[in-house]
Amino acid sequence: MTAALDALFAGPFGPALAILLVGSVSYACRAGGVVLMARVRPTPRVERALRALPGSIIVATAVPSGLAAGAPGLAGLAVAALVMAALRVEVVALAAGVAAVAAGRALGY
Amino acid sequence: MPHQPARRRAPFTLAGCLTGARLTLPLWPGIVVFGVAYGAAAAGKGMSVAEALATSAIVYAGAAQMVGLELWRETWSLSTLVAVMTVTLFVNARMVLMGATLQPWLVGAPGWRNALGHFVLTDGSWVVAMRYREGGGRDLGVLFGAGVALWPLWLASTWAGCLTGALVSRPRAYGLDLVMPVLFTAMLVPLWRGARAARPWAVAALAALAAQRLLPGYAFIVVGGLAGCAAGALLDDPAPSDPAAHEPIADEPVGRGRRPPAR
Repeated sequence: MTAALDALFAGPFGPALAILLVGSVSYACRAGGVVLMARVRPTPRVERALRALPGSIIVATAVPSGLAAGAPGLAGLAVAALVMAALRVEVVALAAGVAAVAAGRALGY
Repeated sequence: MPHQPARRRAPFTLAGCLTGARLTLPLWPGIVVFGVAYGAAAAGKGMSVAEALATSAIVYAGAAQMVGLELWRETWSLSTLVAVMTVTLFVNARMVLMGATLQPWLVGAPGWRNALGHFVLTDGSWVVAMRYREGGGRDLGVLFGAGVALWPLWLASTWAGCLTGALVSRPRAYGLDLVMPVLFTAMLVPLWRGARAARPWAVAALAALAAQRLLPGYAFIVVGGLAGCAAGALLDDPAPSDPAAHEPIADEPVGRGRRPPAR
């Protein structure tokens, strides 16, 4: 069985099969959360959890990535948050944050 | 499948699709640079243009594709394939959480349209659509349009990268590698509902930072997201009435979805 699969994947269709299979994993991740939540009974506790989730995903993505980029990264996140709080315009906040990262790096931090 | 007839079905309009596409515009430079970088790296790894384009079209997940490239080879076997699938699963697991946040919005929408829509869900379209919904918008076209708009852009930039190598030679110097974290941070601001409601975020940040040190890849996003989610479930809030975040009242005309006055 394993040998047959190895032979199949080693054959001329290997790369195509690999792309398709990796793509199906990708799709399963995209659809999985929606399908899963449709089966969860929406109790108040679940709703509280769900309400905390978007901000938690954002924080869990942004904070470690920003910290990993050192001082310029942190400066970029802080500037983006401040500009957004002041102006409430995403494009400007994004541009200011990225500019802060670039400036920090240009200064050698 | 629980039916919730009381909850009104969210609309889906062409105008919403166009709004969603427009809302992604600030992300384009970062995505183009990332796509070009992927195309160039794929060509460097010996992928054909067709293979790189097919990967961008079907896998359609920049970080997962980049990480998967490390494991790409000419000749495959069962074990190498399982390895690359596992890596993809770990990098993309955050999308499971994103999908979970979208589910209440998608209730009642036709299954085929959701199935199609899931295919183009990305970090960028998720955050843009969450922000729109946070502002009271309900049009599912925004979510769909944002995802659909980024797909051809991703393909085109992959293609450009395959053909030309790195167009932008020093993306880091321009801070373009941090576009997504910076945008995410900006999008966090309108979600702010006071320190009490933000306690789960602190838990998420700490858990993600710990996981970043202990676990490989992008697992920290999932760990942090789940930790914040659990904190939200366990920290008892006195049943907050938050119409904007929960059950939008107004069928706000399609637009940027400005948030109604806080609290």
